Amino acid sequence: MLVRAWNSAEMSISRFLPDFAPIAPFSRLSESGILDSGSAPMSDAAVIEALRYMVLTRVFDDKATSMQRQGRFGTFSSVRGQEASVVGAASALDPKRDWIVPQYREFPALIRHGYPMENFALYFMGNPKGGIIPPEVNMLPMQISLAAQIPQATGLAWGLKMQGGDGVVITFFGDGASSEGDFHESLNLAGIVKAPVIFFLQNNGWAISTPRESQTAARSFAERAIGYGVEGVIVDGNDLLAVHEVTASAVAKARAGGGPTLIESVTYRTGAHNTADDPSRYIDQQELEKWQQKDPVTRIENYLRSKGIWNEELAKEMHDNCAEQVEVAMNIARNTPLATSDALFDHVYAQPPQRMLDQQVDWANRNGGAT
Amino acid sequence: MIEAIRECLTQEMQEDSRVVVIGEDVGVLGGVFRATDGLQAKFGKDRVVDMPLAEGVIVGSGIGLAISGLRPVIELQFLGFGHQAFHQIGQQVARLRYRSQGRHSLPLVIRSPFGGGVRTPELHSDAFEAFYTHTPGLKVVAPATAYDAKGLLAEAMASDDPVLFLEPLKGYRLTKDEVPDERYRVPLGKLRVAQEGTDVTLIAWSAAVNVAQLAADELSAQGISVEVLDLRSLNPLDIPGIKESVSKTGRVAILHEAPLTGGFGSELVATIQQECFYDLQCPIIRISSPDTPYPLGGVEDLYIPDVDRVVSEVGALARTSA
Repeated sequence: MLVRAWNSAEMSISRFLPDFAPIAPFSRLSESGILDSGSAPMSDAAVIEALRYMVLTRVFDDKATSMQRQGRFGTFSSVRGQEASVVGAASALDPKRDWIVPQYREFPALIRHGYPMENFALYFMGNPKGGIIPPEVNMLPMQISLAAQIPQATGLAWGLKMQGGDGVVITFFGDGASSEGDFHESLNLAGIVKAPVIFFLQNNGWAISTPRESQTAARSFAERAIGYGVEGVIVDGNDLLAVHEVTASAVAKARAGGGPTLIESVTYRTGAHNTADDPSRYIDQQELEKWQQKDPVTRIENYLRSKGIWNEELAKEMHDNCAEQVEVAMNIARNTPLATSDALFDHVYAQPPQRMLDQQVDWANRNGGAT
Repeated sequence: MIEAIRECLTQEMQEDSRVVVIGEDVGVLGGVFRATDGLQAKFGKDRVVDMPLAEGVIVGSGIGLAISGLRPVIELQFLGFGHQAFHQIGQQVARLRYRSQGRHSLPLVIRSPFGGGVRTPELHSDAFEAFYTHTPGLKVVAPATAYDAKGLLAEAMASDDPVLFLEPLKGYRLTKDEVPDERYRVPLGKLRVAQEGTDVTLIAWSAAVNVAQLAADELSAQGISVEVLDLRSLNPLDIPGIKESVSKTGRVAILHEAPLTGGFGSELVATIQQECFYDLQCPIIRISSPDTPYPLGGVEDLYIPDVDRVVSEVGALARTSA
């Protein structure tokens, strides 16, 4: 009987899929920061520069979180725990020709690409001026509607390729966003048109309070790439060198016309989802502590120490420089005048309808004088 | 009308190498209505692209193509399938310019047939223009004639704002009028007086304009002079043009294929009562489909307002005492 045949063990899915074991993430550094026997994928200077972005991120996150508690900053998502993942990916890009299509937890990637830190702060303070992207900075605005940026990144990469450019696009998203249709539709299209795009999936274990196991029954996110004819890679997201190496090779492949790559960066959100979240309601304390032991900043500092080029004094100097840089940006943001009602209307259209322009005048009159 | 759209696409693609056409079956087949017939043979597979069947990424990747420096024309096979792309249209296309504070304009056009009357299978024919007119940042254009289809599409393609270009399913083959060979543009936001009259202003757009004109002809035989306005674009809306007509007639009927509640007719009623209250001699009426889902083809003639219904309701309106 047909029904019995479908239910029988002979028709189980294992007939169609190879039963491969879980793939160990690619890594270069041991948990204590010792490099394997191969050669380092980044120069020492490049590692120190990357570490600076990681420290800058930590300083900014602490400052913004403390300002949020005082009512001086809006709801905001810190990068805590994922610094190596974001910086390792960003450090493989050439800001002059490559594009970032972000989600919202990629502060250091955006700053490295040229997005002014004060604009990032203004955005989270609720000032539309924060949305200003300088003309030479190749990025799209941060995306809050999860996964909606992925088709846009795919189209952008495809368009650059069509026009003969050699730019590559990287788009960031999480394990949660990969459940959206936009993720799947985009991988499918990117595979077909060989778009020079890198899908950088940060598997940080959580979508707010929903654990990774509730997003997919697949053994890894990276293996989903197979179904779209796209190459998938898993990397240890807390290993700066490994993330950089994998991303740099995906960038080189894309630039040479080899098409897209899905990178699953396995990391852990050791902070809250955002400042409005209370992870103590759902997170396993032991698991959290386990991941805190794998702190990506400590790990890369240990690597530099193992090479004899890092000490407490240098670390303190870097931290102080970063703190100063954050202070400057926060002061600019704080001293930026509050937006007027024009901020509701400006830039909605290239050629605005008269009706909206009439409303703009009405709003300005009601809020203290016409423009 | 379909020839006018195809001619416009051909001429604009010839003129501007940044124009690319993407959509389902737009290549060899030339689109299910043949709007893109021959374009792939003329301009190649890179500029006329058959997309995988996924409206979300068709529109979403169009955003990226526009940012990369191209000027995409996206075909949504039927507006009924626009639901699958609604998050990209309503939330992303319409807002990216604002969200990036002017950095990323989106010079893209989404073309889509809409409305009914041609016996499509279920879930194809829908007149959901009001979803999109309620979406700030998106311009909505709905031509009724072949002449306007060519000129408005050229204007939409030249615009740096995203435009939803709604084409009347029923008008594709039915609507025939003179179309100049050369390139020309029709500005957005200027209505067309399809027929002059003095007793009643009958406002319509897209396929409903034809119904309005046929009704106006019959009413004329009854001694009622109907002025038919073809809005051409819903956003921007030609409010001065509407005022001019209403101040002359004092009576207004609005005709659309969409369901009554929350339809674009509601917006027009509100606007007209505010702008022209003292010119009105009687309440404004709306002639629309009922507040029910678009039905199967066998009963769609009962659903969409037809000429007889318009004649009867507008006739009664003309006879209403002031």
